[in-house]
Amino acid sequence: MAPTLKQIVGRCEALFEDLHFDAVKQWKAAVPGRKAIGYMPVYVPREIVHAAGMLPVGIFGGGDQLEVIQGDAYYQSYICRIPRSTLEMGLTGRLDCMDGMLFPSICDVIRNLSGMWQVLFKDKYVRYIDVPQNYLDSVGGEFYIHEMQVLRDDLGRLAGKPVTDDALRASIAVYNDNRRAVQDLYTYRARKPWQAPTSEVYLVIRAGMVLPPEEHTQLVRDYIAAVDLEKRAKRDNARVVLTGSFCEQPPLGLIKSIEMSGCYVVDDDFGLVMRWLLDDVPVTDNPLLELSKAFLHRSNQQASKYDDKKEDKGRLLVQSVKTYSAEGVIFAAPSFCDPALLERPMLQDVLAKHKIPYTAFKFAENTGQMAPIREQAGTFADSIKLWSAA
Amino acid sequence: MSTPIQMTPPQPSKKPIPEVQKEDAMWLQKEMINANYHDLATAHDHGRKICATFVPGNLNELMMCFNFARSLPETNQLQNGMRKKSGKFIMDAERDGHSEDVCTYVKSDLGMMLNGETGPTGEPMPKPDLLLLSYTGCFTFMKWFELIRQKYDCETVMLHTPYQGDGKISQSMRDYVIKQIKQTVIPTLERVSGIKFDIDRLRQYMKESAKAEDDLVKILQSAKNRPSPIDGYFGAVYYIGPIFTAFRGTPEATQFYDRLRKEIDQRVRDKKGPITPEGELTEEKYRLIVEGPPNWTSFRDFWKMFADEGAVVVASTYAKVGGVYDFGFRHDPDHPLESLADYCLGVYTNLNFPQRIDMICRYMDEYQADGLLINSIKSCNSFSAGQLLMLREVEKRTGKPAAFIESDLVDPRYFSAANIKNRLESYFQMIKQKRSAAAAAAMH
Repeated sequence: MAPTLKQIVGRCEALFEDLHFDAVKQWKAAVPGRKAIGYMPVYVPREIVHAAGMLPVGIFGGGDQLEVIQGDAYYQSYICRIPRSTLEMGLTGRLDCMDGMLFPSICDVIRNLSGMWQVLFKDKYVRYIDVPQNYLDSVGGEFYIHEMQVLRDDLGRLAGKPVTDDALRASIAVYNDNRRAVQDLYTYRARKPWQAPTSEVYLVIRAGMVLPPEEHTQLVRDYIAAVDLEKRAKRDNARVVLTGSFCEQPPLGLIKSIEMSGCYVVDDDFGLVMRWLLDDVPVTDNPLLELSKAFLHRSNQQASKYDDKKEDKGRLLVQSVKTYSAEGVIFAAPSFCDPALLERPMLQDVLAKHKIPYTAFKFAENTGQMAPIREQAGTFADSIKLWSAA
Repeated sequence: MSTPIQMTPPQPSKKPIPEVQKEDAMWLQKEMINANYHDLATAHDHGRKICATFVPGNLNELMMCFNFARSLPETNQLQNGMRKKSGKFIMDAERDGHSEDVCTYVKSDLGMMLNGETGPTGEPMPKPDLLLLSYTGCFTFMKWFELIRQKYDCETVMLHTPYQGDGKISQSMRDYVIKQIKQTVIPTLERVSGIKFDIDRLRQYMKESAKAEDDLVKILQSAKNRPSPIDGYFGAVYYIGPIFTAFRGTPEATQFYDRLRKEIDQRVRDKKGPITPEGELTEEKYRLIVEGPPNWTSFRDFWKMFADEGAVVVASTYAKVGGVYDFGFRHDPDHPLESLADYCLGVYTNLNFPQRIDMICRYMDEYQADGLLINSIKSCNSFSAGQLLMLREVEKRTGKPAAFIESDLVDPRYFSAANIKNRLESYFQMIKQKRSAAAAAAMH
């Protein structure tokens, strides 16, 4: 019997709130010898981890429920919060169930955290995942394939058996399926945002950070089916795209506040790892080459990735506004997030040229005061409605 | 009824400001840097193109092969900072929509451009014809040039230097950089400049680079002497100026470093301490290693806090930000592109955290330092994120005391002189106590 919406959302909520990663521990305990590999935002080729028989686990900070004590002792006041809470989880044993950690090249803070992890957790596998900023197959592509090959070899050693091409192809297929399901969810939300509020969609996405992809795909499909049966009131809300939250995540309360203020979020960059690649990765003889091509030529745009040409800046953001019939953009960036905050003026410039309204604020993953955000988002929604009426 | 208080307007101090003292080579360095600003101001008049690029991983010899005038944005802003111009630029950029949270070099640069494209020396600073985005060891570089491109429509070419996440340079990393130089960087430089690439010209410049690098290493390592004839942080800023910017590979740089080395050699023979802005430091009381860039807006006051206490910085990581030469790397004319790649890959901020900690511990030992001081810079996450762990690790491994102060590169709002002075005084007391305790233990 298909699970009810309440059951699905309840399960996602429990996974989201569990900062001890019990679901990961259970997955490992089910078959002796299983291993889990943590990864930070924004993107790692999870297919390789999966093909090694391991569980890729998204480590997206401690949220607003974790009291950070030890983590604060490692960072100055002007550093964002996600490395603090991640260290806190590591130092308090919450990440002991991870057999390794992957740190993608998103910014200098996360880059340096990879080295700190090497110093502090000497018994764990740690790898900095460098991705190319040169998009030629013969240049950046070859470098990236080599980087992926190193990861593949390392994980093969950790698993005690090599990661075969067949296993990689199977994993690529699994993640293609997951990506399609997630895209269906985003399309559904954009079509009926009153049916699938972002405060729920976000939880469904976050569940995918700890569940095996096959299970998550099913969960996403179950959610779409269940939520479509609900009768939820359609409001005259402003349709907005939310951007800037690709790394440190806003507290759930902040997402709810934006919705309560009169906005329907019809696209966002939460959990971008699931939608980083824009379409299916072909299942061919050369899986790493295909993963590389997908990254170089068919991947998302985001602040840590170089835009080769000036005219590319903000292209996908504008496209998202158009595709999802959004009426405005909310820039929600974490405090002290260099990539998001440096990118923001450029994106605002592009939006202004396209006459797309926007508003901007900052948050931290433990932001507690929602009233100012609700007020700002509400004013923005009102102004959109007034303009559109005019 | 309250009595009105007569407010006396602040009067300028009657105490004359002492004239700044510099070594001969420091004056020469200043002339060179100013000459480069003049070169930039007049480049277009002489039919030359301007290329902007960043200090870490700069391909100066390669840019010279195409007759580019070279502009280094970080240096421009540190010069603005030292001339007290950056504060206004930063606030102008913030008013233009840039976040208060992000790098002040970037905002000072954008503010400078908003204020009419005049360089630090007052001469025009024309818009660059090309932005060579040497993306090495600092994520912000990428956004910095994207922002300039967005606003001023400059052509941009990316050179992505992969990070030494594993603490080593792999052949794949090297190949990646070389391929970019061959397939994207050189063709762009040729097209923009209209000059064809000549590898022999590159080799010639590299020969000059290697000579200057040899001398630079000898100069910086002279601080192993007691007393140290140089300050390896504040003084080193002047020493690294030419080689980290537009002069590496030029005969002027070779001559500068030869002359500087001879001056320093003489100081070693004379057992003299470093020249500080207030004069020669006659008594070396503390020998320190410093991690992190200096503050530029109060550079002289900052240095004075050390000099007044007899503290000499014998080695600093900042003096390696434009190239780590003291462990053997030299530009190699026999392998020009390979060595350009190794240079980019090896700059200090491209080293991983364990490498940076190892390097500091090694300096502590080789330079017989009393301790480590970290100047943590708000603007620079590449340096700053994780420095508190660095502090703990170095203390643990060396048994020497470490201290932590905070300031910023070019934002005067983040330099609190009283706070920093207090911390430094406490730190020097701590070193003294440790010394006394060690001496007492040795007696027993």
